[in-house]
Amino acid sequence: MGRTLAEKVWDDHVVRRAEGEPDLLYIDLHLLHEVTSPQAFDGLRKSGRRVRRLDLTIATEDHNTPTLDIDKPIADPVSRAQLETLRKNCAEFGVRLHPLGDVEQGVVHVVGPQLGLTQPGTTVVCGDSHTSTHGAFGALAFGIGTSQVEHVLATQTLPMARPKTMAITVDGELPEGVTAKDLILAIIAKIGTGGGQGYILEYRGSAIEKLSMEARMTICNMSIEAGARAGMIAPDETTFAYLKGRPHAPEGADWDAAVEYWKTLRTDDDAEFDAEIRIGAAELAPFVTWGTNPGQGAPLSSCVPDPASYEDASERLAAEKALEYMGLEAGQPLRSVKVDTVFVGSCTNGRIEDLRAAAAIMKDRKVADGVRMLIVPGSARVGLQAVSEGLDVVFKEAGAEWRHAGCSMCLGMNPDQLAPGERSASTSNRNFEGRQGKGGRTHLVSPQVAAATAVLGHLAAPADLSDAPTPAAV
Amino acid sequence: MEAFTTHTGRAAPLRRGNVDTDQIIPAHWLKKVTRDGFEDGLFEAWRKDPEFVLNRPERQGATVLVAGPDFGTGSSREHAVWALQNYGFKAVVSSRFADIFRGNSLKNGLLTVVLEQKTVDALWELTERDPEAEVTVDLVAREVRAEGITAAFELDENSRWRLLNGLDDISITLQNEADISAYETTRPSHKPRTQQV
Ligand code: SF4
Repeated sequence: MGRTLAEKVWDDHVVRRAEGEPDLLYIDLHLLHEVTSPQAFDGLRKSGRRVRRLDLTIATEDHNTPTLDIDKPIADPVSRAQLETLRKNCAEFGVRLHPLGDVEQGVVHVVGPQLGLTQPGTTVVCGDSHTSTHGAFGALAFGIGTSQVEHVLATQTLPMARPKTMAITVDGELPEGVTAKDLILAIIAKIGTGGGQGYILEYRGSAIEKLSMEARMTICNMSIEAGARAGMIAPDETTFAYLKGRPHAPEGADWDAAVEYWKTLRTDDDAEFDAEIRIGAAELAPFVTWGTNPGQGAPLSSCVPDPASYEDASERLAAEKALEYMGLEAGQPLRSVKVDTVFVGSCTNGRIEDLRAAAAIMKDRKVADGVRMLIVPGSARVGLQAVSEGLDVVFKEAGAEWRHAGCSMCLGMNPDQLAPGERSASTSNRNFEGRQGKGGRTHLVSPQVAAATAVLGHLAAPADLSDAPTPAAV
Repeated sequence: MEAFTTHTGRAAPLRRGNVDTDQIIPAHWLKKVTRDGFEDGLFEAWRKDPEFVLNRPERQGATVLVAGPDFGTGSSREHAVWALQNYGFKAVVSSRFADIFRGNSLKNGLLTVVLEQKTVDALWELTERDPEAEVTVDLVAREVRAEGITAAFELDENSRWRLLNGLDDISITLQNEADISAYETTRPSHKPRTQQV
């Protein structure tokens, strides 16, 4: 019988298989950041171990980094200490680090792909749940805990039980103005935040094949929000074209050998998935969340749902609690929801294509009175690219704040936070209570919806702008 | 992780049940970036009381904590184990431990010993009467011994094997180091590298 993409990549990395034991998997790329690595390095130090493969390990600073005044000392002593610890650990053990101020610094899941380190058929881990992002390249990529970080540092392997596989097939054409973010939000709303638990998701079908690498990363990024540890998309010409010429992409004969291998990384026709889901792309529309988990979303054109409409008692209760926290009324049109803040950034939607899409809408328009709009590139490199295209000027002229790279308001570990009761339209991935700041209320949206919302001051799609141009095609 | 075979030391009798992880190490200590340096956070609230058992001069240097039932309930924070170890404890005795705490402790080489409450009572009485009394926790013989007390305890064979040999998950994996090295020789040259080493 044939094998799925996930099974092929898995099998290619089994170092040891023994009856009654989990497989020992080889790890091709280990990404580190400041929050989940300190105790792991400490463990190495205590046991007198070294990093087994410095050439497969790389670190960057993202969660705690400020997005303003990055040349000044970091004000928060706890954040500063975490960053200083990473710097000390990387220097001591010899790990390559891209610190704040470095041109390759940025959100760890933006940095790996842009350097060309994330490649098809590799295993990628990081002490961060959104490592699933890298699956967009046909890599098997998943988040791990601190003790596993130490395990990978010391052994370059992980003992793992193989998850089941689920196909999510999206056929057809996404309607104009509907993006990868809308698609993944719709998928999560459909299968639920636990729907992917125990599975590696494989996104496939004609709609997926048409997506850019940036859009594929947006989708794989949020696999974890559906409960899956990993999401994958088979590599194809789009993938190869994205990688070609990147700093760590193979060259010459290695490139040819790599592409030949990469082309084998497709689910065989006779392979069987443990579960399968089909979605018609043509039915999709701009999607926003109204609740406090990423599965509580609905088309922008609809209304806040009535909790009483849920048959399942626990879902009903969750919806009631969410509406209370979010300060929303059942039946209220989603378009009527006013926001204070718009955040464009994060490892979900902080890449150049996302900034271009938002800028295309902001051009010659203004951020609505009383709304603040933060534009935070996913990496310093993305920021530079945006500047070279003049996007920063577009944003600034519109009245938005142009910031430095990092996780920023995605989780508010740095000073970029919502005040209690404040409401955001955010291109990030989690709308949990207090995620963007204590008492803050988050609506997850695409960059296009974020931009239109910033202009109108309430949740909106680009088509709602009275002088609407054709929204940037993505 | 250090191997645990047998340990003899003075005890600290902690006559409290339901000691949760918030009491063992309060949340504000979790911002730390190391596994070390949690000793001052151990039982932080209780340590403010000069009469608290760990503050008594005769308990300085104690290495075996003898606690009431349901020790380690609450959150999954591994910091609770680190705090006990940083302070100097090698073993904790109780009639019942919270599952997660017990799992964390065995992963880190802190031996958690389950004894019947009447044996715990006997250990309390002995060590309160005579602070110099020594308690032996013998994992080879699966026995706790002190003056007038000999009590057997249970521990699953896999955990015992790992503790006796000082094997953490990493050590166990490294027993297959040859497999890892062999695998590495088969990796194609087109796989990415972050730096030349
Ligand atoms: S941008 Fe947000 S989701 Fe992504 S790594 Fe940073 S904090 Fe995590």
